[in-house]
Amino acid sequence: MKTLLTSKFAVIRDPEKCIQCQVCVNQCSFNANYFDAEENEVKSRNENCVDCQRCVIFCPTDAITVTNAPLEYRYNRNWTASIIDDINKQAETGGVLLTGMGTDKDYPVYWDHLLLNASQVTNPSIDPLREPMELITYLGGKPDKLEIDDNTLELKTKMLPQVKLNVPIMFSAMSYGAVSLNVQKSLAKAASETGTMWNTGEGGLHSSLKKYSNNTIVQVASGRFGVHSEYLNAGRIVEIKIGQGAKPGIGGHLPGEKVSCEVSLTRMIPQGSDAISPAPHHDIYSIEDLLQLIHALKEATNYTKPISVKIAAVHNAAAIASGIVRGGADIVVIDGFRGATGAAPKIIRDNVGIPIELALASVDSRLREEGIRNKASIVISGGIRNSGDIIKAIALGADAVNIGTSALIALGCHVCQQCHTGKCAWGICTSDLKLTKRVNPEIGAQRLINLLRGWSLEIKDILGGLGVNSIESLRGNRLHLRGVGLTDTDLEILGVRPAGR
Amino acid sequence: MKNLRHINNSFNDDKVIDACSIFGAMNTSGKRFSGTGVIKAIANMHDRGNGLGGGFAVYGLYPEYKDLYAFHIMYLSAEGRNETESYLKECFDIIHREDVPSRKTAKISNPPVIIRYFLDIEKRQPDASLQDDYVLNAIMHINTTRKDSFVFSGGKDMAVFKGVGYPEEIAEFFCLEQYEGYIWTSHGRFPTNTQAWWGGAHPFSILDWTVVHNGEISSYGINKRYLEGYGYHCTMQTDTEVIAYAVDLLMRKHKLPLEIMAKVLAPPFWSDIERMPEKEQELALALRQVYGSIMLNGPFAILVAHHGELIGLTDRIRLRPLTIGEKDDMVYYSSEESAIRLISPQLDKAWTPMGGEPVIARVKQNELRTTESKVEAALSRR
Repeated sequence: MKTLLTSKFAVIRDPEKCIQCQVCVNQCSFNANYFDAEENEVKSRNENCVDCQRCVIFCPTDAITVTNAPLEYRYNRNWTASIIDDINKQAETGGVLLTGMGTDKDYPVYWDHLLLNASQVTNPSIDPLREPMELITYLGGKPDKLEIDDNTLELKTKMLPQVKLNVPIMFSAMSYGAVSLNVQKSLAKAASETGTMWNTGEGGLHSSLKKYSNNTIVQVASGRFGVHSEYLNAGRIVEIKIGQGAKPGIGGHLPGEKVSCEVSLTRMIPQGSDAISPAPHHDIYSIEDLLQLIHALKEATNYTKPISVKIAAVHNAAAIASGIVRGGADIVVIDGFRGATGAAPKIIRDNVGIPIELALASVDSRLREEGIRNKASIVISGGIRNSGDIIKAIALGADAVNIGTSALIALGCHVCQQCHTGKCAWGICTSDLKLTKRVNPEIGAQRLINLLRGWSLEIKDILGGLGVNSIESLRGNRLHLRGVGLTDTDLEILGVRPAGR
Repeated sequence: MKNLRHINNSFNDDKVIDACSIFGAMNTSGKRFSGTGVIKAIANMHDRGNGLGGGFAVYGLYPEYKDLYAFHIMYLSAEGRNETESYLKECFDIIHREDVPSRKTAKISNPPVIIRYFLDIEKRQPDASLQDDYVLNAIMHINTTRKDSFVFSGGKDMAVFKGVGYPEEIAEFFCLEQYEGYIWTSHGRFPTNTQAWWGGAHPFSILDWTVVHNGEISSYGINKRYLEGYGYHCTMQTDTEVIAYAVDLLMRKHKLPLEIMAKVLAPPFWSDIERMPEKEQELALALRQVYGSIMLNGPFAILVAHHGELIGLTDRIRLRPLTIGEKDDMVYYSSEESAIRLISPQLDKAWTPMGGEPVIARVKQNELRTTESKVEAALSRR
């Protein structure tokens, strides 16, 4: 059947600069560049190009440009190029359209409608270069109050386990299999050197990463891959994954081709077999079942680790979060609909869930109204792009954030949305050993450490400008936010005032 | 229903922003002394206020009614007074009622009517452990629902005198030179945005706790939300109100010792906690983990008093001034040392505490931990 799809991108090679060295051919994992032996010339197949920019960056003579293909469908507000293409793809294959990354649709980004405050005259701004500026955050459930012995002034209350973060930024769950081992190594090493957490995702913990256990969150998801007693006790936090922002309500599927020998050992499934995570946990059909799993995991880890529950930001996230906290979770993770994925049905990624800003605001408000905000930490994720987003999230009420896409971009990702193909030219979202070696864990870790350092410095600058010297004085302090270009309802949900008032 | 927000903060800003002078004096033997010196000292810091608020808190004021709740209520209308007095009769036995003495002065125009009541609740609420809450509810009720009425203070054997004017003018108006007490705190105010309102001046009080405050609490937003979770409604949108509620929550409800409360409001830095011995570290860590949302951040110097104790505290990096002076049984707290020297030139000792270091003066016979020292920089960052 002839395809009716047109090329989306054009690879343009400057003949003056090109030296026919074939680096672009070797770098392209999508077969968009090839060497035509008959004509002794490097050429391109535009229809295969995904605009990952790998060849552009690695061309030694800077000869290549990748641009959008000049041919456009006739303008139509309803029938855009991507809609026409999607219909054609399904007409040609009869399947569910898969995609990777977070949604690229034009939904509002509320971070961009929130502005921060700063001190002028009546209180001094604090210079973080001269004064202490504290970002340390402890995750875990906290009691309502402390009891102290009047005579000895010693603590009588027994605290629940707390996990210290030097910066309120952790790495999102990305499983071994979805991303390569080198990516996980980079994340784990960076987390350990920065003093924060990385997350195994649902793929078990590779034996080479056990040395980072102090900075590891181990995940228990619906497929229960790689879950055993040693695994649960290998991390600092155990996370129950209920949902993911990019694909709320559905499970996951790691195709058998990706289940290599190492992946098979880590996930504890036969080599080459599909790893299917069911949509629900088949032992959690309601909140009381979740409560049982939370307590089973606490028992299994001898009450030494906070138990986290991760959900996708959906319409009634506030009520669900309340139930999770009452069920005994010490941390609630909410993943917004802009969150990314290694593979998800496009229709779900682009249409299900709600923005994380609104979910966070309503969850934080609800837990406070119910007087249980202290019983669990709130962590959010899903499209956190810079330190501005992070500080706004903390002002709305988050204890910490997870970053996934931002971290992968630091490792080379160019957000070409081909994660589901397993052909990632940057060696990130693939298990092809030829490609995975493109990520050097030493360099990768350093780039991540640099990113977290840069963001920390920026957060400190902003805190100092606000006139506070500790992150907890901003947490949930929505008076330091103002909204621009938002409706009254948006402002009410976010709990912020409009700018100028 | 009366909305205090519109009275105190007619522009509906987040909070009233103040800069101020504060002064406190305590006799650690519990001997009462006249307010003349305190008035002179706070007047010496005239330029730190702008005439939009001044006030005093005095302890040991009414030995003859020592065990009765002394309500000082401001009325803006006769109707409001009738309404509130009938409510008081419902809830309390009024043992004595009198006008708070005042004199006509050139500077104070249009003063409200101010009456004090000595109230007994033994018959209404015999359970001693519930009496404070009973009284507090009554005060909250009057302040939020009764027309044109506002309770300045409602503790035993103490009072708050405050109003619109420079503190020395308020003192003159209330004839404060005639009173004696063993603790005095005072305040001159420089609000940047508020309409003059007598109830909005410092000190703020809850029962016999009073707070005077110089500064701006930049953590106000989260402090307020945290306190709301415990049923406190910050109706007046002043950051000082938040401090008063925080003190009430931590000391009266959570029963934390005073030194520990100071460590909640101005906690040690993480880097200092790391260097503490194990037991102390465990406590400091837990305090920050549990009470992080009520930590006061931003520039402040506060004096918090109740019977038997006066504490001075600044923010962790001391962005507002506080100086301490000692002479025999007297302990002085002031924004400026000059004000102390003015009334007590030959001090035994004068010093400036470290940022976040609480300075607690206690009446000697109540002193539990040390018998010798009058002032204890308790649990300071040794």
